[in-house]
Amino acid sequence: VLAWQALLIEHGYAGRTIPKAYGGFGAQPDILKSRIIAEEFTAARAPMGLAGQGVSMLIPTLLEMGAEAQKQQWIGPTLRGEVVWCQGYSEPGSGSDLASLTTRAVEDGDDFLINGQKIWTSTAAQADMIFCLVRTEPDAPRHAGISYLLFSMKTPGIEVRPLKTMTGRSEFNEVFFTDVRVPKSQIVGQRGEGWRVANATLKHERGMLGDPNAAEGRLAEIFDLMRAETVAGTRLIDNPVLRDRLMALQARVLAMKFNGLRVLTNQIAGESPGMAGLIVKLQGCELNHQLAAFAIDALGELGVLYDAGPHLRAHGVWQQRYMFDLGLIIGGGTAQIQKNIIAERGLGLPRETRGD
Amino acid sequence: MDFALTADQRLMQASIAGVLSRAAPLERVRAFADSGEAVATDVWAALTDLGVPGVLLGEAHGGLGLTLLDAALAAEALGEHAAPSPFLGSAVLAPLALTLAGSPAQQETWGPKLAAGEVTAGAAMHEAIAGARDGAGVTAKNRRLTGQTLFAIDAVGADILIVADTSGGLYLVEVRGPGVEIGALATIDGTRRFAEVRFEAAAGEPLGAAGDGAVLARLRDAAFVMLAADMLGASQAMLGKAVAYAKERRQFGRPIGSFQAVKHLCAEMAAELEPCRALIWYAAYAFEAVPAEAPLMAAHAKAHLGEISRFVARTATEVHGGIGFTDLLGLHFWFKRVGVDRQLLGGPEQVRAHAAAIQGLAPARRSVDA
Repeated sequence: VLAWQALLIEHGYAGRTIPKAYGGFGAQPDILKSRIIAEEFTAARAPMGLAGQGVSMLIPTLLEMGAEAQKQQWIGPTLRGEVVWCQGYSEPGSGSDLASLTTRAVEDGDDFLINGQKIWTSTAAQADMIFCLVRTEPDAPRHAGISYLLFSMKTPGIEVRPLKTMTGRSEFNEVFFTDVRVPKSQIVGQRGEGWRVANATLKHERGMLGDPNAAEGRLAEIFDLMRAETVAGTRLIDNPVLRDRLMALQARVLAMKFNGLRVLTNQIAGESPGMAGLIVKLQGCELNHQLAAFAIDALGELGVLYDAGPHLRAHGVWQQRYMFDLGLIIGGGTAQIQKNIIAERGLGLPRETRGD
Repeated sequence: MDFALTADQRLMQASIAGVLSRAAPLERVRAFADSGEAVATDVWAALTDLGVPGVLLGEAHGGLGLTLLDAALAAEALGEHAAPSPFLGSAVLAPLALTLAGSPAQQETWGPKLAAGEVTAGAAMHEAIAGARDGAGVTAKNRRLTGQTLFAIDAVGADILIVADTSGGLYLVEVRGPGVEIGALATIDGTRRFAEVRFEAAAGEPLGAAGDGAVLARLRDAAFVMLAADMLGASQAMLGKAVAYAKERRQFGRPIGSFQAVKHLCAEMAAELEPCRALIWYAAYAFEAVPAEAPLMAAHAKAHLGEISRFVARTATEVHGGIGFTDLLGLHFWFKRVGVDRQLLGGPEQVRAHAAAIQGLAPARRSVDA
């Protein structure tokens, strides 16, 4: 995997726009070229290179907000896959209201001592490092009391517990901090500025969720499935009720695909895509979920088989997606938070009354 | 790649919207709906000043020589204003029929008059596209048409009709000739007139060689895109009205739009509607630029907008609360307009069956799925 990644970087297919000085390919940003590369890799079913939270979220954040020394230290190794990251944002008591987070970082000489708990931390077990939001100024207004810290997952006092989800797998973890000692120098941005730094990262996360390419791929798989599978000798595609649902979903997939191209055109022109961009996470995740639900329905009783065993189709991927996608609808800003954003930023409706 | 409107297209959009704001405000829409007026000649004249009747006709015939995407932008504006004006028949289907199938003489005779808005045209092709109801259907023999056709578009007050016979052949009929009787159909939509037309050995000039259905299929695709664009515009208008009302209406001491229950209804409308815009742009673009994809894209645009506009229409009404349900507010003009667009030339299920047939996934009905 690391050799493949090195090859991708060398040819400008990974780390394309990251400056050479930090270990990237050093190309000018070209959204269209990036999209073409992504589509070609999808079409060829070739792995697109490392897409963990380090590459997709931390590197853009460091490029935007990091100190020069931090860029030098972390971007290259992260891009090459030598350093794996996890994200420490959500807490048991702070989900949609992330700014209420209570993991404390108390000054102790040149260090912070960190105590608290994070949740929904994917890849925490494999991660070398964490980018983490902690409260450094407990008396400041809540958005102004947060700092963005980088530290090693090998630091004493960190415990990772796998979090088993409804899929039966542990795609996430809980991470517990007990007197974890982190040098103050490992803040990104200024002390108390972590909310602003984190929002730069969240912007990158929202861009990742609801990708229309995924929906197009799933639709193609469902077409294949409905042509191949039979019930009592009749192909699924010849069932007019299923066919009608397939056509309705195809229209939705096409609409999201063209909407994505419209957003891309705006981005290339340096214009805000406005509403067309705001709806992508909500509609894209919902559509992916609907596609998985439909595939299960089309498979009928065989659709409930799971894990491994006789008669299982596509390794049980449709049930796995159907369940995991619910996590994506909830994660990365819940569907309800997305609707607030669409209504408030997109339609100009008054803000929700807040209790804080 | 440029997936966006051009500066010229945005300018045209703004011009039509400006003209319709003046020529077709709610009071004018209401007056048309409440009267027996055949054609809102003042609205038509205002659109004619902008060249809308000739949007698809060549410059040689006094038209603008533009594309179906430009026509779709006009359709969207008309939907947004629930404008009581001929358009789909007179400015889209008749000009396309003439351009695609008409002889040079037919084009010379009718093109300039249509482009100038001096003559309006209806389109009677419901049975050939959506299937016969109540035994309707028009047959042609020796250039004489006999039979009846339902849901003729822009036929009330028209000078000429483009008629499809049961075999998919197209004919041009002068309404004032003998053997043509146009009767209004009372639909829910007061903003446009639909007709039942009876022919009794009426003279019909063939448009093109009789009936391979290819031209009719093009007209069907264009009509699907225009109806989708009309629904987009009307839905956008309803969403806009709902959002404006949610900002202004106060209950429990605050604007109702600050309640998530109401705010989320508005967000859901916007989230469902916004991707429709790109779908329609592409369907219209494909009509000329990617003919192999055009039938499928047109069908999906029509069926999908039928679903989304129904959702927006009921939700926008609900956001308005009790007032949304009154005649006085007038939201119902848009509600009913999309109600007709959804069913006209086939409802979503029928159009999706057609979309499946296009892809070889379902049996084709000859005239519909050509």
